[in-house]
Amino acid sequence: MEVNVEARRILAVSISKLYASRTQRGGLRLHRSLLLSLVMRSARDIYHSSRESEESTGAHSAPEEPMDTSSSPGEQTRLSEAQHEPQPALNSAELAPEEPDNADDCCDRDTTEDKENLSPVKQSRKRRGKASAAPDFLPSKRARLEPGEERYAAPLGSCRAGAGESLTTLSLNRVIPAF
Amino acid sequence: EGPSSSSSSSTVGIHRPALPMTGWEQVCRFLDPEPADLSMEEESDTRKINNSFLRDHNYATEADIISTVEFNSSGELLATGDKGGRVVVFQREQESKSQPQRRGEYNVYSTFQSHEPEFDYLKSLEIEEKINKIKWLPQQNAAYFLLSTNDKTVKLWKISERDKRPEGYNLKDEDGRIRDPSTITSLRVPVLQPMDLMVEATARRVFSNAHTYHINSISVNSDLQTFISTDDLRVNLWNLEITDRSFNIVDIKPANMEELTEVITSAEFHPQQCHTFAYSSSKGSIRLCDMRQAALCDKHCKYFEEPEDPSTRSFFSEIISSISDVKFSHNGRYLMTRDYLTVKVWDLQMENKPLETYQVHDYLRGKLCSLYENDCIFDKFECVWNGSDSVIMTGSYNNFFRMFDRNTKRDVTLEASRENSKPRAILKPRKVCVGGKRRKDEISVDSLDFSKKILHTTWHPHENIIAVAATNNLYIFQDKVN
Repeated sequence: MEVNVEARRILAVSISKLYASRTQRGGLRLHRSLLLSLVMRSARDIYHSSRESEESTGAHSAPEEPMDTSSSPGEQTRLSEAQHEPQPALNSAELAPEEPDNADDCCDRDTTEDKENLSPVKQSRKRRGKASAAPDFLPSKRARLEPGEERYAAPLGSCRAGAGESLTTLSLNRVIPAF
Repeated sequence: EGPSSSSSSSTVGIHRPALPMTGWEQVCRFLDPEPADLSMEEESDTRKINNSFLRDHNYATEADIISTVEFNSSGELLATGDKGGRVVVFQREQESKSQPQRRGEYNVYSTFQSHEPEFDYLKSLEIEEKINKIKWLPQQNAAYFLLSTNDKTVKLWKISERDKRPEGYNLKDEDGRIRDPSTITSLRVPVLQPMDLMVEATARRVFSNAHTYHINSISVNSDLQTFISTDDLRVNLWNLEITDRSFNIVDIKPANMEELTEVITSAEFHPQQCHTFAYSSSKGSIRLCDMRQAALCDKHCKYFEEPEDPSTRSFFSEIISSISDVKFSHNGRYLMTRDYLTVKVWDLQMENKPLETYQVHDYLRGKLCSLYENDCIFDKFECVWNGSDSVIMTGSYNNFFRMFDRNTKRDVTLEASRENSKPRAILKPRKVCVGGKRRKDEISVDSLDFSKKILHTTWHPHENIIAVAATNNLYIFQDKVN
């Protein structure tokens, strides 16, 4: 399904850009990170909703439409569906600990409660099984550890391969608090 | 290209107030040489055109990429900043009776290292020395002053000429060595003697430690006493005399950074009203603020935004609506904004939609995904008004730049390239072919070189002279009047 493929591709590109921006000279750029997270959010929502509709219909999905700006009603519906999806999808789970440690130091947010342990109703949206194996475009490498750093247990919804919920539980909000 | 004189300008005729849509000619170019893989012949021609601006090495380095250009308020001086933290100031040659055709040429006047790379040990990150913006102060005495900024620090530079030096000191000789007091038998008064003109730049003020995020713009107030510096989330007001404190006048940082949806992309003072400034956002809106209303100007007094057209919605709608530059018109009645695909002119009295919208390169709308992948969609183009606010100009890819005449609604695409330009050659209008049959002179969208982008341009305040930065090359064009 074209939309799904496009969304996946954009997500993959976005994630690699996010990782690359961490080693950029001059440090993380807030504006750029914000724009990346917005694109990722749209792509993630499209991907999510298209996977859902794929599952619910069970058949081959909606008409393929190229995902660029040529307006097509089908695409618009999907987009508006994506906007109306419940917010918890955004807030569940945390980005993998690949984020640099100093990001936490600069992080401005208060310690919020454990977001991945929200009500089970929401967690049931996560899919299990073969169909939900980690999308193959996500990086499977683990983060390089700094000297003295320890790897701690990955929270639910880690970005790593094998975490089936990775895509749907990606919290893009964590991108910004890296400052 | 034949053997070139260092490109001399044509005679400057009567200044035509209307936009010159045709007839832009190259005044001079300051080029870095081509990479070494080109033929030697071409390189030697290039070197003749170059003057002392040329660096020693034989390849285009990243440090030479021009990151900002700005005429001063009289147009006599042109400053450029580059990624290596260097500022080069050009001065317009004086009119001379013996060589009237050389009027209008700009020569290197001063070169200095404005910023150096720094390291923030606390956050473990490097602070780039790239000059993000230069703004001139209007001239008040013999010296010239400009503000230059990198991501974190603003500096006030004084550029002054020295053409005399004192000679005849009593206690030291001409080399500076202290004289033996027993050899001094008489007193004399040191006298100022002429010397070769020396232009020196000194840092008079350093405004630092006020920005957590990256500075994107600076703007001098019309009161000539204060200026603002702007980063992604805050605008700070400084007094030019005071470096150890600044006032924060806009702060859009949310209490919880996870709720961040918008950043400030540029800010500018109103050209006449010293209490008014505007700032643009990544969401495509502009806010006008009045500093008399409150100490913290978070509450805007005007809010300019055009509702999004739902039919053009895509993954990249947010990115392309982010405003990369905002500029007041010289008369203070309009605002111009640049987003990825358009330039818009806003009337300060009308907040709900722009007065005029100009398509810069709408043929890119179908290519946003590729432009996202190669990062071009994040490019920040600037825009400028001409002196009379009748024409606006902005850059594009393939070293193209565009001019729009607001009165006649005509527009033109020109190219800054070394292949196509000879001294005094007239620039030929270019055209991008969007589909169907490509005509002979047209270039197709897929042939555009996206690594050649014109982000920075500036227009002389009174005359039709423009400076265009194409990566590491500077082009100066003027209106050739027939």
